[in-house]
Amino acid sequence: MGLIVDHIGVFGSGLRVSAEISACTFVLAALLGAALAVCQISPVLPLRVFSRLYVGGVRSIPLLVLLTLFVFGLPEIGVVYSLQWTAVTAMGLYWAAFFCEVLRAGVRAVPRGQIEAARALGLGFGQTLRLVVLPQAARSIIQPAASLLIAVTLNSSLAAAVGVTQELTGQTELLDQQYAQPLLTFGAAALAYVTVALWVGWLAGALDRKLAVSR
Amino acid sequence: MAGQAQPGTLPQEFRVSSSDALSETAAQAPSDQDPRTSLVRIRGLNKHFGGVQVLHDVDLDVHSGEVVAVIGPSGSGKSTLCRCINRLETITSGSIEVGGVPLPAEGRELSRLRAEAGMVFQSFNLFSHMTVLQNLVLAPVQVRGLSRAEAQKRGRRLLARVGLADKADAHPAQLSGGQQQRVAIARALAMEPSVLLCDEPTSALDPEMIQEVLDVLAELAAEGMTMIVVTHEMGFARKVADRVVFMDGGRILTSAPPTEFFADPGHARAADFLSKVLQH
Ligand SMILES: Nc1ncnc2c1ncn2[C@@H]1O[C@H](COP(=O)(O)OP(=O)(O)OP(=O)(O)O)[C@@H](O)[C@H]1O
Ligand SMILES: [Mg+2]
Repeated sequence: MGLIVDHIGVFGSGLRVSAEISACTFVLAALLGAALAVCQISPVLPLRVFSRLYVGGVRSIPLLVLLTLFVFGLPEIGVVYSLQWTAVTAMGLYWAAFFCEVLRAGVRAVPRGQIEAARALGLGFGQTLRLVVLPQAARSIIQPAASLLIAVTLNSSLAAAVGVTQELTGQTELLDQQYAQPLLTFGAAALAYVTVALWVGWLAGALDRKLAVSR
Repeated sequence: MAGQAQPGTLPQEFRVSSSDALSETAAQAPSDQDPRTSLVRIRGLNKHFGGVQVLHDVDLDVHSGEVVAVIGPSGSGKSTLCRCINRLETITSGSIEVGGVPLPAEGRELSRLRAEAGMVFQSFNLFSHMTVLQNLVLAPVQVRGLSRAEAQKRGRRLLARVGLADKADAHPAQLSGGQQQRVAIARALAMEPSVLLCDEPTSALDPEMIQEVLDVLAELAAEGMTMIVVTHEMGFARKVADRVVFMDGGRILTSAPPTEFFADPGHARAADFLSKVLQH
């Protein structure tokens, strides 16, 4: 136990880096995913096809494989930047496919009549989406999006496998190599992950209840 | 995670089909009607769903200030006709003009002209995430470019007109069906459309609420609003409509003033239909 207390700062900085990676990945995935979802419901056929191929393709690659491809592939083609940001890029591109599906399911849950009413009033595609569809889809998106955020956070540990040692799992591995106390060190890391996941879940629940009231 | 996207499962509302373009090239049939008073002018309208033709060569003129009741058995194409008029459905061929302007294929101009034909749905379709007043303000601000203050003033005036001035800040879910439909009528009127399309506006209502909605529509008619009303309320058709149009199998079979129509439907199918609905 003393080991954990002595190195609490190490866990703290690991958690901070993990949170940073997760947050950046999630924001990137949300933006890209939203763009992909808009493509899928747009009237333009090539955009719909592109988006569907992207989602179908990216979802079929294991995240670790994709990460490895990026970390070793990008320098190969002359694109070099920090390992951490390379990992964020790869994970953002990956989770965008899932985010797109969450958004699309939310949009499809909006009753058809709402969209027809908006169109009959003369609202265009973008206005209908922004003012009628998305506000109504938001509610059904919150919980699956929270699950996605949790998945993004937990799987950010894969970054350690491609050498981002500053993040939580990476730091834990270093401690383990030093003290050979895997149960203790990884137990503490697990506790940290669980805390974050529960907290995200609670936040989503609160947001959900708040939206329910304003309806 | 959901399976991969299927083309047929995407929201069709967002699609604009290229078949829209066909209407522009359709030949204009000569008309005995004065085109200047013909607010809605439909010529040779055909509509297919996949391989099935649901509208056959429909011609219809609706004059400014006229109230047309569209009646007919289920599946005869009444809703489809309504929805074609403001292009919620694409048309296969033919032409539809509103206010002398043919509806363009797509884009901004279509959106603007679509607002010329206000629509009242059977299922109200009020925006459920907005208050009643917000429902009325949205389109005038976004589409017509009214200031928010102006739109709110107009919205409150219309709410008073349909007897719901006190419900401005309520959410649709807090209203009865009849109240929701009256708000929906006010919402359509807020765009100051030149014609109001009503697709069975009272069919989803409990019997005791039907009259309050019909009263609002009758008042509008008396004030000179041009209306196309799909309805099963024969009393309304008889008293309020200037003309009754009977549809069957995707065709307009008869079109006559109500006194004439109810005295002699002029067509075996229409007589048969009338005998059935009037029995109730
Ligand atoms: N989106 C659609 N896809 C395929 N077929 C459709 C679609 N909408 C309507 N139809 C078909 O078109 C025909 C006409 O339907 P429509 O809804 O216009 O009839 P209606 O006269 O309004 O009937 P009701 O009185 O039941 O409302 C029907 O046979 C119907 O099954
Ligand atoms: Mg119908």
